[in-house]
Amino acid sequence: MQPIVKALLSRPEISALVMLILVIIGFAIYAPNFTSYGNIRVTLFAFPELGIVVLGVGILMIAGEFDLSVGSVFALAPMIMVLATGRWGFDPYLGIAAGLVVALAVGYINGWITITFSIPSFVTTLGMMFMVRSIAVVLSGGFPPPFPSELSTGLFVSDLGLFRSSMIWFVAFAIILGVMLHRTNLGNWIFATGGQQQAAADMGIDTRRVKIFCFMLCSFLAGFAGMITTFRLRSAIPSLGEGLELQAIAAAVIGGTALTGGIGSMIGFIVGTALIRVIDNGLVMGRIDASWFRFAIGALTIFAVILNIWLRRRAQKMQ
Amino acid sequence: MVAVIKEHAFPPEQFVKPSANPLVRCEGLVKWYGSVQALTGVDFHAEPGEIVGLVGDNGAGKSTLIKILSGADTPTSGKIYFAGKEVSIRSPKVAMALGIETIYQYTAMVPAMSIARNMFIGREPLTGFKLGGIGIMDQKSMVDHATKSLTNIDLTQRSPNTTVEELSGGQRQAVAIARAMYFKSQLLILDEPTNHLSVKETNKVLDYVAELKDQGIGSIFISHNLHHIFPIADRIVAMARGAKIADIRKSDTTIEALTDLIV
Repeated sequence: MQPIVKALLSRPEISALVMLILVIIGFAIYAPNFTSYGNIRVTLFAFPELGIVVLGVGILMIAGEFDLSVGSVFALAPMIMVLATGRWGFDPYLGIAAGLVVALAVGYINGWITITFSIPSFVTTLGMMFMVRSIAVVLSGGFPPPFPSELSTGLFVSDLGLFRSSMIWFVAFAIILGVMLHRTNLGNWIFATGGQQQAAADMGIDTRRVKIFCFMLCSFLAGFAGMITTFRLRSAIPSLGEGLELQAIAAAVIGGTALTGGIGSMIGFIVGTALIRVIDNGLVMGRIDASWFRFAIGALTIFAVILNIWLRRRAQKMQ
Repeated sequence: MVAVIKEHAFPPEQFVKPSANPLVRCEGLVKWYGSVQALTGVDFHAEPGEIVGLVGDNGAGKSTLIKILSGADTPTSGKIYFAGKEVSIRSPKVAMALGIETIYQYTAMVPAMSIARNMFIGREPLTGFKLGGIGIMDQKSMVDHATKSLTNIDLTQRSPNTTVEELSGGQRQAVAIARAMYFKSQLLILDEPTNHLSVKETNKVLDYVAELKDQGIGSIFISHNLHHIFPIADRIVAMARGAKIADIRKSDTTIEALTDLIV
């Protein structure tokens, strides 16, 4: 019995999962229609757009780095896509590819600057957050450009009943990246790089390449998620995704990802995202002033970290 | 008087010469860090199954020497031969591929990762399909081999899924040594492995090193504590100011004479 309890306690995502279940039960009791088909559908519609960003932010945090520029990339990648297709005459698929290439480039620059000048990624990506946002605003001229009809929304947001096709993208990313993180040698290198970089380097791991890969993956996913939102709104808004970076970090932290790197899990990312989405939705359904949303997320973030550290110590005391 | 004894106690012409087939041999290693010369043309060797104690004060050049041997740094000039062939140890990966394993004083382990995962960092066994060196890890084999290695170092009460942060300092060093044994390294470099360890744990680590000798593995044991090195070393190399100042078989000297030399 003890080894099972210990194994459960030392998994940071377990406490988040318990909290998620409690929050769902709570809203189900107090908020009318919270569990209605229509409401579950609305919650699932919004889930992948934050969730895909959290996957990248979380994996990068495991590698020991931050990305505050994801919110800006979330706006810039679809802006490039819309402008390339609508204004510069690209083929729609080339337009999508151009947006994603720009996202990858931002990720590469984040990683390259952070590692080459050995400065905190907090600083690099804070700077890039402003710069990338600025580019998105300048390119658009301050107003959303017309959404080109050539861009077919079916691939990203077609309505499949209970969820949109964006959910399929999220599930695909979650499975592929979950296997990568927890089953492949690359995943082992990511955990080692974030857990103790010197040790990883001494064992022959190219920690520089591992980190740049994670920066690029993070930026790519943020750009991709921004495209989904843009397809849903049928408009590339220059201010899209403002504040998203902190929400994504909060989701990863609530899901048990350590700010110091080396600890985290795919299930944690999903549960963390779900908690944020469910609270957002539950407050509305419970007719509570939606301004309390940020309060709830903030309190939950602090509580989750305290709980995780406490559980981890408890687990280690057990033999 | 003491100074006179120091000058003549270990004359260079009496330094121990390498055998015909040494495991590792360095010739005239020079290392400059900017305008500071850390190594001034050092010859060094270790035989198979030999325990070489490397001593010297801070800044004597011993860490530079082992950094070069473990691939963490490259010499400005000089030659290194490993198992008879001239080699260029450009990175830790190259060193490990040759069979040179280094155990650092802080232990090259990731605290939040399990023993099994730590043992195979950078050398994970893969199952089947791989793409550009990336593939699915064979976790069963990792756990099986980690279990066997834990038995070798008498850590049977620990599961290979235990995180390294739950181990004591001595247990971590033991796992690092077990890792080196598993990968059949031929030369083990131990950089102050007994630092911050209790007396009991220090003795355990010394026992492991003695066991490695029985398996024909050569080791270079760095410590500022002669009392840790002297009992298990076959030969003592002392360094000062980037040069070798003594290279002598333990049987030809005493701990007092060496203490006099390096302090």
